[in-house]
Amino acid sequence: MGPKPRLTPASLRKELFATPLDGLVTVLLVTGLAVAGSRLLHWALAQADWAVIQANSTLFAVGRYPIEHQWRLWLLVALLAAAAGLSWGVLRSRPLPDRPITALWPGNDRLATGILVLLASWAPAALGLTLPIQSRWWALTGLLLLVRWLAGRFGNRLGKTATLSLPLVWPLLYLVGMVLIGGGLGLVTVGANEWGGLLLTLVEASFAILLSAPLGVLLALGRRSSLPLLRWGSIVYIEFIRGAPLITLLFLGQNILGFLLPGGMAPDRIWRAAWILTFFSAAYLAEAVRSGLAAVPRGQLEAARSLGLSLPQALAQVVLPQALQIALPATVGQFISLLQDTTLLSLIGLLDLLGTARSVMANPLFLGKSSEVYLTLAVLFWCCCAALGLGSRALERRLNPPSLGR
Amino acid sequence: MASDLGKSPPWWQNRRLVPWLVQGSVGLLLLVVIAFLLGNLVRNLSAAGLLLSWRWLGQPASFDIAETLLPFNASEPYWRGLLAGLVNTLRVVGLGFVGATLVGTLVGSASFSRNGLVKRLARIYVELIRNIPLLLQLVFWYFVVFLSLPNGAAAIQLPGIVLAKSGLFLPGFEAGFQWSGPTLVDGVWQAPLRFTPEFGALLTGLVVYTGAFIAEVVRGGIAAVPKGQWEAATSLGLGPLLSLRRIIIPQALRVIVPGLNTQYISLAKNSSLAVACGYTDLYSVAETSLNQTGRAIEVIVILLAAYLAIDLVISLVMNGLNRLVQIKER
Repeated sequence: MGPKPRLTPASLRKELFATPLDGLVTVLLVTGLAVAGSRLLHWALAQADWAVIQANSTLFAVGRYPIEHQWRLWLLVALLAAAAGLSWGVLRSRPLPDRPITALWPGNDRLATGILVLLASWAPAALGLTLPIQSRWWALTGLLLLVRWLAGRFGNRLGKTATLSLPLVWPLLYLVGMVLIGGGLGLVTVGANEWGGLLLTLVEASFAILLSAPLGVLLALGRRSSLPLLRWGSIVYIEFIRGAPLITLLFLGQNILGFLLPGGMAPDRIWRAAWILTFFSAAYLAEAVRSGLAAVPRGQLEAARSLGLSLPQALAQVVLPQALQIALPATVGQFISLLQDTTLLSLIGLLDLLGTARSVMANPLFLGKSSEVYLTLAVLFWCCCAALGLGSRALERRLNPPSLGR
Repeated sequence: MASDLGKSPPWWQNRRLVPWLVQGSVGLLLLVVIAFLLGNLVRNLSAAGLLLSWRWLGQPASFDIAETLLPFNASEPYWRGLLAGLVNTLRVVGLGFVGATLVGTLVGSASFSRNGLVKRLARIYVELIRNIPLLLQLVFWYFVVFLSLPNGAAAIQLPGIVLAKSGLFLPGFEAGFQWSGPTLVDGVWQAPLRFTPEFGALLTGLVVYTGAFIAEVVRGGIAAVPKGQWEAATSLGLGPLLSLRRIIIPQALRVIVPGLNTQYISLAKNSSLAVACGYTDLYSVAETSLNQTGRAIEVIVILLAAYLAIDLVISLVMNGLNRLVQIKER
């Protein structure tokens, strides 16, 4: 990407009014956009009735999760905020090869902080939450920014092992989170059928993402293996899964898994769906990783082997690191579509975000409020997916700094 | 290490033995898992009295399908119902290919427009659509757009075309080869060609969604043609249209066609979300059949086979097309 051209009146004229036809197109488009925008704004501010979102905000967030145990979710969000602040700050405290001087708050971070503060002060109030709950969101934002500041300020004093083990915080936090959500280890059990809304969507998506990643790598290695049984097994699996629509596989999970396992061993509906999502995503991920593997020159493996590394060593230390870096954009793209695919759970009767929305709109009180609900969900999904995409592009730049382009 | 030279390497480094050991253990594991699952399946199915049988396909279906190309009523057998569902799926998929290709080509080439506004709008469209789940878009088109259209005389009317809550009405030849347009009879629109709002919502959703992905494929294809090709064509005296037709498009197609294959297959598979906007496709007939007969295995086998067949046909056609556009080396 080259530097962005500056917007000046002259460049604008060249861009928008180069020929009379261009000018006409521009004028028509601007008029159309203005009309559509003002209508949407008028609808959102004057006609839409956002009470359906306000009244059901808890339902959308956690479903029917028992109120007396919701402190566990708050604790989890606080831990997540602290971990996010820690990772963010430590990343910033490290100088990059192409960015030697690290400012404590570079421009992008100031922008992100501003958006975060705005969101934390506006969203809870707009949702009509009570003051104690609003202040919890403020405290959480404060915690995130505080940890971000501390880690950014003192992060460079951490030793090498501490920095390298930092990413391990996330899987660890995942295990802690599952205990906090589901209970166990002395906490009262909250069954999976009581989870719902955003909570269920995130649990299903993160479960499938975490488990499908190693499975996808193994399948990709299997597909490129020289052993015929491994290769054909992987090919049959990948092509079978990729040939079937996800909804038929979810349907299979709900209706046939019970027959395939001995009585009582089949997991309940929510975990069945999570496993199906995992197996589904693994096949697509395998193809992403395979394209990365194909891009690593054959000489890399041969050189590693001739240096005396065993095949697993050569794969794990030489080939896979390069392949995964090349496959990163496709992998994150797959995770994004996995997050979107969780909406299909609503078609098999689970109360994920979309399922909750459908159940809310079945309530006679909120009849005819579908525009408000669907628009809110669309904005929510758009923000999550766009953030993942942005993160992936940032990571790509970090792993492959343009100034080092050799 | 001189003493190691004479010895043969330990068994776990044996180049011939280890692959067989790995394959053998993986094969054994697979066999055990498959045998375990199949054993359970047979045991559970015979306990439930549902051992594989295809006789139910000939029994009357006793459910109706709202909208079919293939005439179907409740007294006809299940296989006719499934066939009608398959035809409905093929109908939306076929029209979806045409629509999504048109939208994708238009938006993909718009991102090379000289006009900065057009370029940015094309980007915004792609980024907006790709980051919102398809299912959400489908229910949006159905419940928010199509079901809130006005009905009767208030419907949106263009010359020969009427868009109302009861559907999209188009002119066509009626019995006796007479060209006729939509007419309002007692507050109800009637026309030779009618698309239900369910079909309209599904088709619109699929076209808009897949169109965004195809736009990216088209954009990548055009971007892959080096800029020098344009300059060379112009310096040879070819006009912009001619150089596009004879120089740029043939080269861009080599990159575009394999990408289109993926998008067409994903459109075909995504059409199974029809149930969200009330359109009766193959999946929704299969679901109803399963609920009525309890024949889970058979229904799933039919579903998977049908979608695999559709994917294969698309792949075959697109691979043929791919051979046509690839460089022919001597």
